[in-house]
Amino acid sequence: MAVSNWAVSIEDLGFRYPGNENVSFSGLNLQVAKGERFGLFGPNGAGKTTLMNLMTGVLKANTGSVKLLGNDVTSSDKAANRLFGFVPQDFSFYHELSPAENLEFFGAWAGLNKTQTKQRTDELLNILGLEDVRDKAVGKFSGGMKRRVNLAIGVLHSPEIIFLDEPTVGVDVHTRHAIMDYLQILNNNGTTLIYTSHQLSEAEDLCKHIAFIDAGQIIAEGDIDTVLQQHSHETLEELFINLTGKALRD
Amino acid sequence: MFKLWITIKKDVRILLRDRVGIALMFLMPIVLVVVVTSIQNSTFQLVNKNKLPAVVCNLDAGKSGGQLIKDIDRIGLFKVITLPGSNADSLTAYMDKNDAMLGIAIPANFSEKVSAKAASSADKAMAEFNGTPDSLNAPPPVIDPLTVYYNPVLQQSLRFSIQGAIQSALQLVESRQTLRTLYYNTNEKEMPEALEKEMLSADSKINMIPASKDGTHTTPNAAQHNVPAWTIFAMFFIIMSLGGSVVREKVSGSFIRLKTLPTNYMVGIMSKQLTYLVVTMLQAAVIFSMGIWLFPAVGLPALNIPNDIFGTFVVTIVCGWCAVSYAICVGVFAATHEQANGFGAISIVILACIGGLMVPSFAMQGLAKTLASFSPMHWCLEAYYSLFLEGAQLKDILNNIIPILIITLVFQLVTYIGLKRKNLI
Repeated sequence: MAVSNWAVSIEDLGFRYPGNENVSFSGLNLQVAKGERFGLFGPNGAGKTTLMNLMTGVLKANTGSVKLLGNDVTSSDKAANRLFGFVPQDFSFYHELSPAENLEFFGAWAGLNKTQTKQRTDELLNILGLEDVRDKAVGKFSGGMKRRVNLAIGVLHSPEIIFLDEPTVGVDVHTRHAIMDYLQILNNNGTTLIYTSHQLSEAEDLCKHIAFIDAGQIIAEGDIDTVLQQHSHETLEELFINLTGKALRD
Repeated sequence: MFKLWITIKKDVRILLRDRVGIALMFLMPIVLVVVVTSIQNSTFQLVNKNKLPAVVCNLDAGKSGGQLIKDIDRIGLFKVITLPGSNADSLTAYMDKNDAMLGIAIPANFSEKVSAKAASSADKAMAEFNGTPDSLNAPPPVIDPLTVYYNPVLQQSLRFSIQGAIQSALQLVESRQTLRTLYYNTNEKEMPEALEKEMLSADSKINMIPASKDGTHTTPNAAQHNVPAWTIFAMFFIIMSLGGSVVREKVSGSFIRLKTLPTNYMVGIMSKQLTYLVVTMLQAAVIFSMGIWLFPAVGLPALNIPNDIFGTFVVTIVCGWCAVSYAICVGVFAATHEQANGFGAISIVILACIGGLMVPSFAMQGLAKTLASFSPMHWCLEAYYSLFLEGAQLKDILNNIIPILIITLVFQLVTYIGLKRKNLI
């Protein structure tokens, strides 16, 4: 397995959806350091989710490369897939199963053995406040509980990098705090966080580094304080409006 | 192996919690096989055991009309009901009122014409014996036809059987009368009854024996025909659950997450194949058990299990695997749950039709017969029929099993190509 100082290294990335004439990305370069808390922002349709899917290997780039800790994310040996966890915006689990059953299944697919899965399941259900409902079908859970199950599955195999696509959308304040606190703990232990959200105030609390993308291009990138200073804004929201305009996006 | 085992556990859990899916996979075929077997058994009994009610209106005043009624009754196919003092109109009115299947009207001058024809034939025969010219030298009188009214629901094949049976009774009446006249003209006395009986009864019997491969003489019944056929239909009907399951996983977020994990999705496909293969085996076990134990309890003929149990097991596994492969193939290509269910259900009914489940494939001609060989259900049914009806052994049905395996491998290959093209593996 390759080793790199970069958690994520994107070089000369080009991508276009099949059958779509518009190019999503062309010659994109981006590096995220190990142990970073990195925020990726942009308006609707800017390409955040596409970039997230390219970084996690869900989509294959037409040109260039995406490497996670030096490992090509599209390599057939799936070595890179052991290094990261993904928390998609959708509830990506089986609603007929309980949290424990979901974790048992996804743990095995993430490469954990029976003992490791059980140990991590007990630990995560306890941390995320799901211990009392561990054997109940997830389909009957509230939105906040489902978000916590979604997060638990993404971090189950203790990955070195975690991709989080709007992990707190649609949850109450308590759940948001619980999730953000847990992410902070993971980062303190060395886990790299790659995060997208429309909750910019939340992002200001969590992220150290940020990148704004629009129309497949990175339009601002760097340490959060430096970027704000460079553009003479006090908040990410002001900066966001300044960079992307006030026109509605679909 | 651990990943596969955990994935099978996941699939079994989801399956067991899908009560509608289980009902579709088990209850629907059970109801179907009982209903269809009951209906077909009634038809079999109508033809083979129960006598067909025949309402007879005898307008003839002589003896031949009565004799004809007795001869029709002796055939054993009909339960004769005579309408005294009736005419053709009252006969059809009676049929209409009582939903009768058959009405026979014997013409008014039947005896007179039969006697005249017998006399004519006897005269000709005597003239031939004596070498003298025919004294009457006239064409034989024509007997007015019998009129047979039938309910239009009677199938053509049954109508032909009825016509043949009545024709033989008519032939007997005429032959008897000719024989009696000839005997009287020769001996100037009545023909002894014993002699008449000896001359008119057929000593050459017909033995009806089913041609089986193992030499057993089990008579095929509605259960032997329907249980294997609807078991195959049930196996393929798992598309409603399995096809939907593949689509649900594909279009739901869980699939995106599965793609990011260091495990090939083929593990997921293999798990579904094994899980649902067991389901098809259970379906066969349940439906066969019903045929053996439940059918006799509700008055239906019991299912006789073939002598070659291992062969039956092999055919069931091969059919199940083919059904599972087809369901997964449809699931991989369908974009929505509705597409999978709609296409799945319609395609199964079409494959069942061209495969001979609804209309026997031996009755098909030309293009329909060619199409049948493309339906996996056709080969499955042929294999089961060889075992259940012909007493075949495994070696005898390899020519049916090989096409099923080829079709299954085609489904598997198409599934693999589909997964690759859609970037799912």
